[in-house]
Amino acid sequence: MNRGSLAKILSMSAVGALALTACGQAGQGGTTSEDGRVQLTMWTHSAGNPAELEVYEQIIDDFNASQDEYEVIEESFPQGAYNDAIVAAAAADDLPCLLDMDGPIVPNWAWAGYIQPLGLPQEITDSLLPTAIGTYQDEIYSAGYWDAALAVLARKSVLEENDIRIPTIDDPWTIDEFDGALDTLQDAGYKTPLDIGAEDSGEWWPYAYSPMLQSAGGDLIDRDTMLSAEGALNGPEAVEFFTWFQEAFEKGWVSSSGTIGNEEFDKGEVALSYTGGWNALPSLEAAGDDLLFLPPPDFGKGPTIGGASWQWGISSTCESPEGARAYLEFSFQDKYVTAFADNQIVIPATEGATEASEYFGPEGDLRPFVELSQEYALLRPETPAYAVISSTFEKAGKDIMNGADVQSTLDGAVAEIDANIQSNDGYGF
Amino acid sequence: MATVSLTSRPASRTSADRVEHVLRHRRKVWSYVAMSALAVVFLFPLVFMFVSSLKPDAQILGDVGSPRAFLPVGDISLDNYFGVFDRVPVGQFLVNSVLVTVLTVGLGLVVNSMAGFALSRMRWKGRSVVLALVIATLIVPFETIAVPMVYWVAQLPTLVMEGGVLKYDFGWLNSYHVQIVPFIANAFSIFLFTQYFSTIPKSLDEAARIDGAGWFTIYRRIIVPLAGPAFATVAILTFLPAWNQYLWPLMVVQQEELRPVMVGMQYFFQLNTAWGEVMAYTSLITLPVLIVFLSFQRAFVSSVAASGVKG
Repeated sequence: MNRGSLAKILSMSAVGALALTACGQAGQGGTTSEDGRVQLTMWTHSAGNPAELEVYEQIIDDFNASQDEYEVIEESFPQGAYNDAIVAAAAADDLPCLLDMDGPIVPNWAWAGYIQPLGLPQEITDSLLPTAIGTYQDEIYSAGYWDAALAVLARKSVLEENDIRIPTIDDPWTIDEFDGALDTLQDAGYKTPLDIGAEDSGEWWPYAYSPMLQSAGGDLIDRDTMLSAEGALNGPEAVEFFTWFQEAFEKGWVSSSGTIGNEEFDKGEVALSYTGGWNALPSLEAAGDDLLFLPPPDFGKGPTIGGASWQWGISSTCESPEGARAYLEFSFQDKYVTAFADNQIVIPATEGATEASEYFGPEGDLRPFVELSQEYALLRPETPAYAVISSTFEKAGKDIMNGADVQSTLDGAVAEIDANIQSNDGYGF
Repeated sequence: MATVSLTSRPASRTSADRVEHVLRHRRKVWSYVAMSALAVVFLFPLVFMFVSSLKPDAQILGDVGSPRAFLPVGDISLDNYFGVFDRVPVGQFLVNSVLVTVLTVGLGLVVNSMAGFALSRMRWKGRSVVLALVIATLIVPFETIAVPMVYWVAQLPTLVMEGGVLKYDFGWLNSYHVQIVPFIANAFSIFLFTQYFSTIPKSLDEAARIDGAGWFTIYRRIIVPLAGPAFATVAILTFLPAWNQYLWPLMVVQQEELRPVMVGMQYFFQLNTAWGEVMAYTSLITLPVLIVFLSFQRAFVSSVAASGVKG
């Protein structure tokens, strides 16, 4: 090859590189649009979820049309990849102004410096469900439009046929009653009477099963100090609960196989399903008026369900936090909160939005979820250590499910959590 | 005796030939049976994927565990494919993946073969040390350096077009080139080229140099034409990882219009997974890979045989 053709290759490569360069690059907040408005980049975890994106697009369109100072630009990510994208962006100092996050991770991201105190007017944060607020060290860092709740789904006819008492919020099943009901249903021909979604993974495990542990008197961590899980996760109450949990699998009351979702219940293959409100509509279609939304059983200290879902925060590197707050204030209108709730089948975070909701209003089919949330919801521990608590709890829970020794498994989980807290100097506690 | 001997020998040979023929035939039949069984095993996942992409979720789950899972029976439709196009900009993702993959493979062939040429044909101080260092990088998993790499690419200088004006800026995030450039140089490809080029007689270089050829001419006119199998092997071995990129684009690309197909997979895993759409999407993104493989199957097999790489 002569010098001429080499020069041609090099120049073509340079042009190609420039062309590729021009294809990318967009401001990550702090940039200005052609009409002089400050652009605020906003990341959501909603890619692949057209129902949720539809509401976001409506809010953003309305906000952008409402004033001439700011312009919100939305980028959506698939949920399964979202946290990794945030961590990578934080490493590259490239976080957007506005970002949503799952409630339990808020303290960790606040501690890590990803997000700043929210600074929304108190009248807004006071109007929200307590579980729709994310705090760290008594400071509010996030707020959400909605929360979710778990219930035990059942068919009235099945319970009546088997002489099983129908529990209420005021009079839930005791654990002995619950065990008896599972035995009865198994004897009645249900090979696996209860679906608890054990085939799922990730945050589902602490979200679904740590409330049972708390109902039994244990917990994920000592909430008074947030410095150790000793005694909370491996004390006698925790051991008793996890022994029950292990036996539930051994006896065949529950199973770790099956499909994620509520198909087995909808098809009548299981009699009871411990699941979230987001699965309720297909079950309503399948069971109609026969469907019951029941409170979870009382393991000794009263029923408990998990609280906190996706919420909004402002990154610490946002160059226009006042613009981000203006957007969030605008977005917390009841009409948008209601739209979210009815599109996503989740509980609205404000009273006004709940009253207006088709599903969660006073006459709504899914109203029991609002009552369950108000009565039983408990936040997962608001500590930066929750990230490691969550994964450790899942691992220990799965080991126990598969037959591991309960006490030594829980002791190992406590040691892992405590070591992590110590190596991070107590995460600010 | 002689008569007997003369007549019996051909007779016994014929009989032995027949036995051998029958045995050979049986061996052939059995080998075909074994290969067919293997083909079925390898084809099952693909057949399941394509067939399931035509079924509603409930039927997919209902059919699992029975032969119906592999048969296009029941409520068959293209609804899942329509659902995929509603949920994911699959056309854009495919274009992005094709662009990133073609450029990564193409530029990789040029750069890595040149590096291999320099390491195998040219004599310079520190050559073996450099080769050792290149090979040493093979033991470093990408995951361990991903976050530092994100940090570095976010600091790299670049040119951006703003209002029709080309401006100097920093940061490669959100671009095509951030998905391509870090993967052009590939230690395994360099090693493979180095090894293959070493098998080509050095006398060819010397003859070319006597005729006045420079290093680049020797590389371009002598080595490249003789290294077809190595180029084909490297192309195939770098095509699949480039097409399957997931972690890196997830970390460095935030804009949807620049994402590759693999990141799109996550769009379907919501609270309740749409399995039919997952199967339809995987069918769509597997198709280009299958087409490439089937088109270059002969070259692939011969290059594997020639280069001794079994992937």
